Amino acid sequence: MPATSQRVFVGTSGDVPPNGRLVVDVGAITIGIFRVDGKLYAYQNTCAHQGGPVCQGKMVPRVTEVIEPDGSSRGFAFDESDPHIVCPWHGFEYSIKTGTHPGRSSARLIRVNVEEAPDGIYVTV
Amino acid sequence: MSVGDKTIETTNGLSRATKHPVQQITIRTDSREILANARRDIERYKLHDYFIVDVDSHHVEFDSWGEILDRLENPVLRHNAKAMTQDWPNAKQLAFSNHPVGLTFQDVFGRIPHQAQLAEDVEKSAEHRDLTLIRRAMESLGIKMQVVFPQPMLEMGLHPEQDIVTAMTFAYNRWFTETILPCEKRVKSLLCLPFHDPEASMKTIHEFGEKPGVVGFMVTSQRHAGVHRNMYMKIYRELEERGLPLAFHAGPSWGDTMTSTMNRFLAVHSMSFVTCNMTHMANWIVNGLPERFPKLKVIWIESGLAWVPFMMQRLDHEYLMRQSDAPLLKRLPSEYIADMYFTSQPMEVTMPHMLEATMKAIRAETQLMYSSDWPHWDFDVPARIAALPFLNEQAKRNILGENARRVFRL
Repeated sequence: MPATSQRVFVGTSGDVPPNGRLVVDVGAITIGIFRVDGKLYAYQNTCAHQGGPVCQGKMVPRVTEVIEPDGSSRGFAFDESDPHIVCPWHGFEYSIKTGTHPGRSSARLIRVNVEEAPDGIYVTV
Repeated sequence: MSVGDKTIETTNGLSRATKHPVQQITIRTDSREILANARRDIERYKLHDYFIVDVDSHHVEFDSWGEILDRLENPVLRHNAKAMTQDWPNAKQLAFSNHPVGLTFQDVFGRIPHQAQLAEDVEKSAEHRDLTLIRRAMESLGIKMQVVFPQPMLEMGLHPEQDIVTAMTFAYNRWFTETILPCEKRVKSLLCLPFHDPEASMKTIHEFGEKPGVVGFMVTSQRHAGVHRNMYMKIYRELEERGLPLAFHAGPSWGDTMTSTMNRFLAVHSMSFVTCNMTHMANWIVNGLPERFPKLKVIWIESGLAWVPFMMQRLDHEYLMRQSDAPLLKRLPSEYIADMYFTSQPMEVTMPHMLEATMKAIRAETQLMYSSDWPHWDFDVPARIAALPFLNEQAKRNILGENARRVFRL
């Protein structure tokens, strides 16, 4: 990790497609860059749980449960507005938009600054 | 300028980004890539310097099922099993097994691929594929010795047909001691006993007890046998005299009276493993088996640790009021429990102060042995132990390997 931050080119806009990802190595750091609703999010590839390669996991919408006013359940549903990244080591799930586990906000991914410039995507490390 | 598959120079020339070769981990990803982050832990915690023994890991005997069935001694059973593999579309890797529905829920429906299977490529060589996969995991986790168990075979303890249980247990034990254990001294195993049949269990100990790499025996997934019944005493005596540990490896069941009310595998898995071992421990203690077999080393595997202080407190509380129910005891149940051995995984860490108290209660420094449970979905890396702030250096070394070295005489 350099003492001073660096702005590093990681790819063109097309390298991170809608609802897709790009995982890159910058020196010793592996970073996942995700695009959700047109916006980019980037995190270090280290799960808050046991340090697993979270950014290389499955992307899946958050699962919710449909509850009727009387309290009865109507089963599972996907919340397509809240895509998750799931650590493949143990299944810790994080909202890609917030970088936090939905059930424990202190379990959060290490955010990396990312910007989309006219010539492509940059992260600051 | 696309990052594509090539290295891209940055605009300032100081650092550059490279597209990572594995964008998403799947069932086909190499174990060394899946566990790459664990290798960073080896440097971070200087684990190269530790003698790490993993006392609970698994290989996948599905891939060798035909070879195991070939070792069925009874020609009729061998015929029946092979016929099943030839005629039923999905039985090639399952014939005669007891593969319950819950096991296929373990990977959280594709979220944890390595639980479903390790379908990675291996180089063509004379070495068995399973051994190559074991080596890859050991190398990635910094493990010096690994106690390896099967997977679906562990469920045989709940198979309804007992003759098949006995025959398959022998077939698997023969296959493992012929094919894997002689090929790598760093791989060990506690072999499954056909526990429902004491005579067959004795035969198992006699046939395999001195095979290279066999460091003890275990009871798996079974929770309907009272371990205090007189018919089992000869097994305990034999193991005690041989200095071989007896382990209880818990297993889940969605078919128990309790778990059958549950609709989520989370609940089944949380409760079922633990109650399996709780049942055996309760019978073991109140029937005074530690007094009857004082030199027999007993190990409790794959139930985590949080259940142990519960058992200590609960049994002590009841024992003091009902001493006449457990007349063989000369000490509190918790004191006998503190003389037993435990493997660490899945170690509950969400309340660190309670984990610290648990480790004190079980005398972790001398009684606890690290286990990974790799490649299962809730595996623990060695850093799980190395990172604990309340353990001193010697305690970490003991838990990560020195206790196992002593228990198994490695």
